[in-house]
Amino acid sequence: MPRRNDIHRILIIGSGPIVIGQACEFDYSGTQAAKALRADGFEVVLVNSNPATIMTDPELADRTYVEPLSRRYVEEIIRKERPDALLSTVGGQTGLNLSVELAEAGILEKYGVELIGAKIEAIKKAEDRLLFKDAMRAIGLETPQSRLVKNVAAGLEFAEQTGYPCILRPSFTLGGTGGGIAYNREELAEILERGLDLSPVHEVLIEESVLGWKEFELEVMRDLADNCIIVCSIENFDPMGVHTGDSITVAPAQTLTDREYQMMRDGAIRCLREIGVDTGGSNVQFAIDPGSGRMVIIEMNPRVSRSSALASKATGFPIAKIAAKLAVGYRLDEIRNDITRKTPACFEPTIDYVVAKIPKWQFEKFPGAEAALGTQMKSVGEVMAIGRTFKQALWKGMRSLETGKAFGSEKLEKSLISQRLITPTPDRLNYIRFAFQNGYSVEQVRELTSIDPWFLEQVKEVVDLEGELNRLAVETVSREVLAQAKRYGISDAQLARGWNTDELAVRERRKALGVRAVFNRVDTCAAEFESFTPYLYSSYESACEADPSDRKKVMILGSGPNRIGQGIEFDYCCCHASFALQDEGIESIMVNCNPETVSTDYDTSDRLYFEPLTLEHVLNIYDTEKPDGVIVQFGGQTPLTLALPLERLGVPIIGTDPKNIDLAEDRKLFGKLLDDLGVPAPENGTATSVEEACAVAGRIGYPVLVRPSYVLGGRAMVIAYDEEMVRQYMREAVTFSQDRPVLIDRFLEDATEIDVDALSDSEDVLIAGIMEHIEEAGVHSGDSSCVLPAKTLTPQQLGTIEDYTVRLAKALHVIGLMNVQYAIRNGKVYVLEVNPRASRTVPYVSKATGVPLPKIAVGLMLGRKLREFSSLTGGRTDGVLTVPQDFVKSPVFPFNKFPGVDPALGPEMRSTGEVMGVGENFGEAFAKAQLSAGTPLPEKGTVFVSVNDHHKAEAVEVARRFAALGFQLVATRGTAAALQAAGLHSKTVFKVNEGRPNAVDLLKAGAIQLAIYTTTGAPAFFDEKAIRRSAVMYRVPCITTMSGARAAADAVEARRRDPIRVWSLQQIHEQKQTAV
Amino acid sequence: MSSAFLALEDGTVFQGRSFGAPAERSGEVVFNTALTGYQEVFTDPSYAGQIVILTNPQIGNYGTTPEDSEATRPYIEGLAVREFSPITSNWRSDEDARRFLAKHDIPIISELDTRALVRHLRAQGVMRGVLSAIESDARKLVEKARRIPRMAGLDLASRVSTTATYSWNEPVEACSPSEHIPPAPEPRFHVVAYDFGIKHNILRRLVQAGCRVTVVPALTAAEDVLELAPDGIFLSNGPGDPEPLETQVSNVRKLIGKKPVFGICLGHQILGLAVGGRTYKLKFGHRGANHPVINRLTERVEITSHNHGFAVDPDSLNLNEVEITHVNLNDQTLEGFRHRHHPVFCVQYHPEAAPGPHDSHYLFDDFVKLMENEQ
Repeated sequence: MPRRNDIHRILIIGSGPIVIGQACEFDYSGTQAAKALRADGFEVVLVNSNPATIMTDPELADRTYVEPLSRRYVEEIIRKERPDALLSTVGGQTGLNLSVELAEAGILEKYGVELIGAKIEAIKKAEDRLLFKDAMRAIGLETPQSRLVKNVAAGLEFAEQTGYPCILRPSFTLGGTGGGIAYNREELAEILERGLDLSPVHEVLIEESVLGWKEFELEVMRDLADNCIIVCSIENFDPMGVHTGDSITVAPAQTLTDREYQMMRDGAIRCLREIGVDTGGSNVQFAIDPGSGRMVIIEMNPRVSRSSALASKATGFPIAKIAAKLAVGYRLDEIRNDITRKTPACFEPTIDYVVAKIPKWQFEKFPGAEAALGTQMKSVGEVMAIGRTFKQALWKGMRSLETGKAFGSEKLEKSLISQRLITPTPDRLNYIRFAFQNGYSVEQVRELTSIDPWFLEQVKEVVDLEGELNRLAVETVSREVLAQAKRYGISDAQLARGWNTDELAVRERRKALGVRAVFNRVDTCAAEFESFTPYLYSSYESACEADPSDRKKVMILGSGPNRIGQGIEFDYCCCHASFALQDEGIESIMVNCNPETVSTDYDTSDRLYFEPLTLEHVLNIYDTEKPDGVIVQFGGQTPLTLALPLERLGVPIIGTDPKNIDLAEDRKLFGKLLDDLGVPAPENGTATSVEEACAVAGRIGYPVLVRPSYVLGGRAMVIAYDEEMVRQYMREAVTFSQDRPVLIDRFLEDATEIDVDALSDSEDVLIAGIMEHIEEAGVHSGDSSCVLPAKTLTPQQLGTIEDYTVRLAKALHVIGLMNVQYAIRNGKVYVLEVNPRASRTVPYVSKATGVPLPKIAVGLMLGRKLREFSSLTGGRTDGVLTVPQDFVKSPVFPFNKFPGVDPALGPEMRSTGEVMGVGENFGEAFAKAQLSAGTPLPEKGTVFVSVNDHHKAEAVEVARRFAALGFQLVATRGTAAALQAAGLHSKTVFKVNEGRPNAVDLLKAGAIQLAIYTTTGAPAFFDEKAIRRSAVMYRVPCITTMSGARAAADAVEARRRDPIRVWSLQQIHEQKQTAV
Repeated sequence: MSSAFLALEDGTVFQGRSFGAPAERSGEVVFNTALTGYQEVFTDPSYAGQIVILTNPQIGNYGTTPEDSEATRPYIEGLAVREFSPITSNWRSDEDARRFLAKHDIPIISELDTRALVRHLRAQGVMRGVLSAIESDARKLVEKARRIPRMAGLDLASRVSTTATYSWNEPVEACSPSEHIPPAPEPRFHVVAYDFGIKHNILRRLVQAGCRVTVVPALTAAEDVLELAPDGIFLSNGPGDPEPLETQVSNVRKLIGKKPVFGICLGHQILGLAVGGRTYKLKFGHRGANHPVINRLTERVEITSHNHGFAVDPDSLNLNEVEITHVNLNDQTLEGFRHRHHPVFCVQYHPEAAPGPHDSHYLFDDFVKLMENEQ
């Protein structure tokens, strides 16, 4: 059954913005699918609202739409493009749900679009809990006892029968959103109420507890000829009870005999056949009772999933690519295994190493959220590590996490051990290590954690060795012991800490003793066949398989695990760096440890090192490869922290000198540079003590912005309105030192903030975009919507910004990319921050301008000049690039995952992802962006307005526009009075602490469709927080700035005025090309 | 921590940690790439005369259990692994894997760079070797390795075969309350199985398919087999080179056309020789649980379990007499054929799995159908 020739044009739906539970693994899968289909001669039409993805690069599809993933907009795309087929299985749950919606609304039928990958019946059977349970029973697979309930009473009745704890899973939500474990009646009622609310169909599955059971996943593929293979088995270190996305997971499964594994394999294949997944990949999850061996099936996803991405990286078997090929008719045995070249893809990969995935959490960004892990996924990213043994993989993985604390220096409390072992938290593994250090036995830890003793034994072996090592010294350690430590995965840095020396001393000693890292290949076949893809990981084995070439080569340091403030945007830049190098005929070497990304696909770069981004590992690769240059400016903060140490060791960093990158972070040097250039900045100072901080703040005047140096994403950044807040911050919130002082700036209230991205070869400077933020200064730039082109700036202000940017780029000898943040207050332009490196906005600006910024930046770093790239920049080598339409970028927040957290925006970044809206006017683009961000603006209904005194005049104007659009107004007393005084009809509603019904009651009752709520600037009061929380819970857009409110009014007006229309990036930039 | 050495005939010597019996054993050094099923590998008589490298780096994790043995004792000569678990974790385990081998004086070398060793064998072909936990003079070990007999030309099948005829009626037992294996039907057919090193799961699978099995020694004469009034004859797997097995081949030749015949692995090779074909030694064999085999009759791909160092040369077969039914998609080697005129078929791989995927269980039913047709 070869390729189908009856279909030509295929629509791929992406997964939208990065959110918890759905991250860049779907950029990876969508990118692979698009590449595979186009390589086969199919035309690909792609839609995804997320501009930071590789998949939305215009080169990857024939038509690329960065448009809302909503039925109306995708229908318009289908109407315009007339695809023959829709591939539903590579865009995560979002892509699958939207495909179902399009099918059920009859849109696919209307335009003759065939659903390929998974059929609608199969999707429903897999996704609908009851249908799934019945289907599994029919094929002899057990599921945990369960009942689907639509109200709290029915849930309580079920729990009376089966007993507590029980598991709650709302239907059709991402990453288990709204789910949980209830240990008693009260918890059950609370979680159930929330889950019913969050489920789009208001259904929750209540389930018998299989807490503590062993948890497994199998990645299965099936073709139209019914050939089935298991790509990978995965065993969870954390047993049932912790969401798989929040579990440490291990491939291959470690504790199953062949009999048990085959029982599971048979079950998984039966499941796929029964559900009716005709082609493609699925993952099937099982639990096994460690006492009796009873096995239950938990769920299956009839699509490419997060685990598929992990399995692909863990084995070298590209699931999404193969799934795309199967969907267009190929059989598994007709597809070649890229790695061995000789053998077909119809086989089961076998591996001779162990892979560990560890999630990364950021509870510190969400004060008030309980850091406990359960059935709802809360991690924001993950790392994967490959080792020859589990121990080596686990220890490598732990140091890939970049927790900010040196591994082994965590502060742990002896008295908390049993509590922390019983209740899973992000710290559990550290507490397990700590328990062993304190003499706990494997059996004791197993009793408390239910973690399989095999895993615990492995951890204990390393902990025991760590104990022995600490009694030695760098001068006296023997070759054997050192080799053992390295084979166990212990880092030089950790050894150095134990021996009171620095990691380079350990490195020297290690090399002197002949203990060196070698590299092994990921080859899908445990060395049975030769591999042709240099996909490598380090180990301390006897032979090195790196086999470096003697070509000219450049190494790119990636951005590590996704986290808030450093996500897919940087992976986008790294991938482009790699593509650009290959275009230049230079070998590209990628180093990264994030399994979700496109950069860790084995065919993105010439060579891939799946390694932690630490000095030790990067030096090992450097020593082996001897690259001609290393790129550090594309991967965010992670590689930048390595830049100076690497440069000191003679590693050739290309592009902007790391010293100049560092200079921009050094307040004193940078302040002097600004003075010399005559570029104004808000008054500022630095402090290394509480008293000094108060003195500096007092001198420059409140409010002040206080933050630590060297962070990304506004980590631990606050606006302090008085001395008490400064004191509290210095005491509690931040660590500082002589090297790393606290930075204090005058905070410019009500200023307009501007982001600028520019390209520079240090002679010419080309400004790629001047982005105007929609929220005022004070909201982190990553959390603010912004628009290209700027809307309210005067030509004179734009000129000033251009002038400053050019002066800064030249002064810092920027070669490559630079980002500058400005604020405009009372007409005056101030520089807030300069980052001579790739920024979060690079992909957005690239897509809006149609100019591939990272590609040009790489050329500049290789020594070429901007004028050599004039064919890519529309002939421009200076000035500012133009954009042919309005492009709005909006952030997406994870607040619905963190009950109890105040969703107010501030200087600390908390968004996980972003979307882009395209329009002929600002309102249209903003409306699309808000829709894509999951906070669609209402077209009618009631607007709730409550603003502080100095916003009242502006609020009246905005309210007038909403009233003119036919909206009802409700306001709190003071605001209502202002509205009424201006002749607007407004109802009055109580504040939360004034009585009932209050604003929260109205939100709950669905009587409010839009909330405009500005704070007084002081710390959040209970009232404000309650309103913002309720708005998040009940999915009412809540706007907390006046500029945001005006934008919302523009958007609603546009929505009323303009038709539903869509533009592909190719179309937008063709128009531009003809205009130039 | 005591050392162990694995010395190869080409002079390569690997040092590791002795983790098993303080013993020295020799044999052909081969590697198996399966991720599960080390106990089945230890106890598969086809590994007689071989030192086995397991490419899965974590071995011993789940211990051993009597139900998972493929014979009454382990047959491997020695075991080479990257890491051997000091503890056992599985609800079915009643003995740790190290003791399981130690009881039979089988040495284990662990902490070994198995990947480097496998790459060496992949490039150079399998070779003779000595695994020693008692001798540390590398030169002596290499000398010993050069003195042991080569696998080619070796009749190991007769050596591991049963000496007495016995009957077998145990079906497949479930490994978990959640494994639903239908009860074995009342036996309708009598199968006589030649034991060239037969795996228990073949016998269990035959019972499961509705057979009563009589197992006979490898050198049982064809006439004596027919005397037992079988409905079908089964030719088992086994170790060593098929070519010296002239008696067995001539017995099988006499049985073709008399009764339905089904052969697995060595049984397949013997049938290949019996119909006039040739066998040859593979460079490094097929040992694993992930080989794709296409069934030319159904065009379906099966993921199959393999353990063989020799193969039947498809070019040596008279295609007017036999039809090729199964081919390995990795290297196009012959994996199965059937006779065009007689009820005879065979496969090179292991449909009984143990260890490995269950994709090919249907072949036991095919055998039963063949016997049904003959009645």
